[in-house]
Amino acid sequence: MVQATQTMTRPDPGSGGAERVLEIENLKTHFFTRDGVVRAVDGVSYHVLKGETLGVVGESGCGKSVSALSVLRLIAKPGRIVQGSIKMSGRNLLDLSDREMRSIRGNDISMIFQEPMTSLNPVLTLGRQIAETIMLHQGLSKKDAWDKSVEMLKLVRIPEAERRVTEYPFQMSGGMRQRVMIAMALSCNPKVLLADEPTTALDVTIQAQILHLMLELKEKLGTAIVLITHDLGVVAETCQRIVVMYAGKKVEEATADELFERPLHPYTVGLMKSVPRLDRAAVEEQARLMEIPGMVPSLKNMPPGCAFAPRCVFATERCRIEEPGFEMKAGGHFAACFNSDKVAETYHG
Amino acid sequence: MAEAASPKKGHLLEVTDLKKHFPIRKGIFSRITGHVFAVDGVSFTIGHGETLGLVGESGCGKSTVGKAILKLLEPTAGEVHLNGKKISDLNQLEMRPHRREMQVIFQDPYSSLNPRMSAGDIVGEPMYNYGLAFGKEKEEKTRQLFAKVGLRAEHMLKYPHEFSGGQRQRLGIARALAVNPSLIIGDEPVSALDVSVQAQVINLMMDLQKEFNLSYLFIAHDLAVVEHISHRVAVMYLGKIVEMTDKRSLFVAPQHPYTEALLSAVPIPSPKMKRKRIILTGDVPSPIRPPPGCRFHTRCPYVMDHCKVAEPPMKEVAPGHFVACHLRQPGQAMYAIAAHATSSARTAGATEH
Amino acid sequence: MTATTPAAVIDIIEPPKPIGQQIVEFCRRNTTVVFGSILLLSMVIIAIFAPFFAPGDPLALAPARRLRPPSETYWFGTDMFGRDVFTRTIYGTRISLIVGISVSFLSTLIGLVIGMLSGYVRMVDAIVMRIMDGLMAIPGILLAIAMMALTKASVENVVIAITIPEIPRVVRLVRGVVLQIREQPYIEAAQSIGTRFHRILIKHILPNIMAPLIVQATYICAAAVLIEAGLSFLGAGTPPNIPSWGNIMAEGRTFFQIAFWIILFPGLFLSVTVLAINLLGDGLRDALDPRLARRM
Repeated sequence: MVQATQTMTRPDPGSGGAERVLEIENLKTHFFTRDGVVRAVDGVSYHVLKGETLGVVGESGCGKSVSALSVLRLIAKPGRIVQGSIKMSGRNLLDLSDREMRSIRGNDISMIFQEPMTSLNPVLTLGRQIAETIMLHQGLSKKDAWDKSVEMLKLVRIPEAERRVTEYPFQMSGGMRQRVMIAMALSCNPKVLLADEPTTALDVTIQAQILHLMLELKEKLGTAIVLITHDLGVVAETCQRIVVMYAGKKVEEATADELFERPLHPYTVGLMKSVPRLDRAAVEEQARLMEIPGMVPSLKNMPPGCAFAPRCVFATERCRIEEPGFEMKAGGHFAACFNSDKVAETYHG
Repeated sequence: MAEAASPKKGHLLEVTDLKKHFPIRKGIFSRITGHVFAVDGVSFTIGHGETLGLVGESGCGKSTVGKAILKLLEPTAGEVHLNGKKISDLNQLEMRPHRREMQVIFQDPYSSLNPRMSAGDIVGEPMYNYGLAFGKEKEEKTRQLFAKVGLRAEHMLKYPHEFSGGQRQRLGIARALAVNPSLIIGDEPVSALDVSVQAQVINLMMDLQKEFNLSYLFIAHDLAVVEHISHRVAVMYLGKIVEMTDKRSLFVAPQHPYTEALLSAVPIPSPKMKRKRIILTGDVPSPIRPPPGCRFHTRCPYVMDHCKVAEPPMKEVAPGHFVACHLRQPGQAMYAIAAHATSSARTAGATEH
Repeated sequence: MTATTPAAVIDIIEPPKPIGQQIVEFCRRNTTVVFGSILLLSMVIIAIFAPFFAPGDPLALAPARRLRPPSETYWFGTDMFGRDVFTRTIYGTRISLIVGISVSFLSTLIGLVIGMLSGYVRMVDAIVMRIMDGLMAIPGILLAIAMMALTKASVENVVIAITIPEIPRVVRLVRGVVLQIREQPYIEAAQSIGTRFHRILIKHILPNIMAPLIVQATYICAAAVLIEAGLSFLGAGTPPNIPSWGNIMAEGRTFFQIAFWIILFPGLFLSVTVLAINLLGDGLRDALDPRLARRM
């Protein structure tokens, strides 16, 4: 009955020498609406190493999903990638033709979404949907592609895979659907898997199953994962490196251990302190949670200086005028904050 | 803070063997072909100034419990006593005066506010309904409520779509407070909010509890949030409560295998912490055909033959700690059981693979 | 410890724009509404000030000037009795608009009441919807002809005959919206704060029906104008002594090959009016649709 009674093991942080399979540089994706320009992603850079799991963390509207959609060039009007480069094995994806881009999607880079129901076609059987992807990218015959679909469903541990391939999406539970999405995404052995809130719509016990499955498949197939989520717990348990985003910008980047040990940006601290922690419950009395006052500023008219300054307890006059640069504060630990020393001093895990 | 943790004696709400079955109708004559056993015999009490957390995964019936207590759904069976008065068999008209006593905060701050009413009207409506205040007085009281929940008085003229999610949830709280209730049922009140805003709303709810000696039935799927806000916690699985105790013993020494798995599945934001993790296989069975015997036996790591036929009764394994599991016996020392649980988990895991 | 954290309040709400600016913006975004309203408004002005635009008598016979083609004196020509087609068409605008507006008003009002009860009260629903299904099974124009055959020809009876077949459409629409809204959490919220039944219907449900209902009313108005013309054309509508577009066209039918203008001009007016109302309806639908209104 028990699949595994085990400890989650996280491989060591990727060493500096590893190959960068995907590199986003100074990406700007803006939405040109009637009421003004929404700077959803405003100069974001990050990379993923081979076989690494990178966490991209932030609240809704911080641009984490838009940055992933930009990688696949799936930005719909009125949005547009206005600047930056997205490099994959030496090629800039932004320079490719639509035709070349189609052969990249689902083949070299795959994506899974939060709501698996809306990303599956409700009137086609699962087998057909997976087989179609495989036929398109790998040129297998119909029969071979079908067999491969069954094999993929077995890989994501769907019981009775032979029968399940002939079923329709509505006949499956949420967790099962997400497994199918993973099977589909991995069917062409992509180099990078973009997972946008893959477990947010799922219950905790199912979330545990899916995360476990993703990490296991990553080890097996060597796929690099970009895990986009708002849940710090999820990144802490699955990622080696973490990028924290706020209002369209990257505010902090570090290895998981380093980030949770010594966060340098006040927003990261706020995120960590504002979630109740299960492991502290039994020890501490009902204490107040730390709040981040106020709310995310409108992306249409950002305050001058640091975007987080209006909500920040460390903010000084300088923060409200000048925008802090994204700098290396310690080995491999970057943050965009003038007061990171003070933040580090006052932080008690 | 200490007094909030030890609520006064005497129950504000007493729920006994509450059931809600939804009929499934088919065909032209709407023949009843089966039932969804959404809530199937749930009992608990809530004291004055106390928070009872009700946790479970989607489809376990936790929201239905809340609605059945509020009589937004007609319960199929069971009794609900509010302040000693039986309210479960009242009709909608007789129920109306009792609604003042218990209010509700909904999950979705977008759809639970009428988009065509101004914020002031939304919060003032309950006072109008019960004739508590009219005209200038109502406006003044609304103003006070706005201040209580951290909204500005100027916001009274705005419409819901002009507010952010967190502010809308504050409006929902203000509306619930307008009739001075003693019990507030929160149906996933923070799960639709961003994490930083979630903390604001949780803090607000806890502050208001202290100020007005409110009781909460806090329904949620997020264990960490429930653990933070509750005094006692009840865990639901497929329409039944499987474990209920004060939050400390639940999180330190869970007695039911489901609680144990649920707790271990919650990711903890601390990469250094290496935990034993129990990953349950399979999905929650359908509440239309709940498994016989113990409802958890299809996914339970410690399942015995006995579990597949006999339903475990609720037993008090330690003072105030109730569990429905064949593995547990009344009065058994808690920590010994916890040890037994982990060791049998190991053996179960080993034999399966 | 205070109950609230003042810092938690940051106002992101932008100050409201002046009303004038809002109207200008609305018009710029909804050009069809503006175009439709201008067209319709001119029709209404024509109808109200008909004697001013066409000083002659629409019924005055002048056998000497029969079937004159359009000229400087007779802009739209004359018919087989020598009546001025321009004057008659202008006066016909009155009948069409009266019929269109009364039918849309009456049918939406009756339909709204029946639809709301039917959507919110289960018992009423079963009976009402069967009756409505029955009514909808008969083509509207046939039902109207049958009713006109049973009664005396008059404008009131034409209005009633067109209204009845339109009611089921409104009932269906209203019931659909009510069924959808009563499942909304804010209706549950209203119940839980002790809101009485009639107040839930009026304060919480009714305002949400208004938008689709107004749009539907414009479509009904356009349909009623067309049906009235159709009924009159068939001789089952407005009595022949009243100049309505349908009557004018029906009378001109036999002379179509030698005097096309008798049919052409009232026909043009009819088309323009229906187009104007439909444009207004389409524009309103887009403007009032919350899904479109919430765009970024």
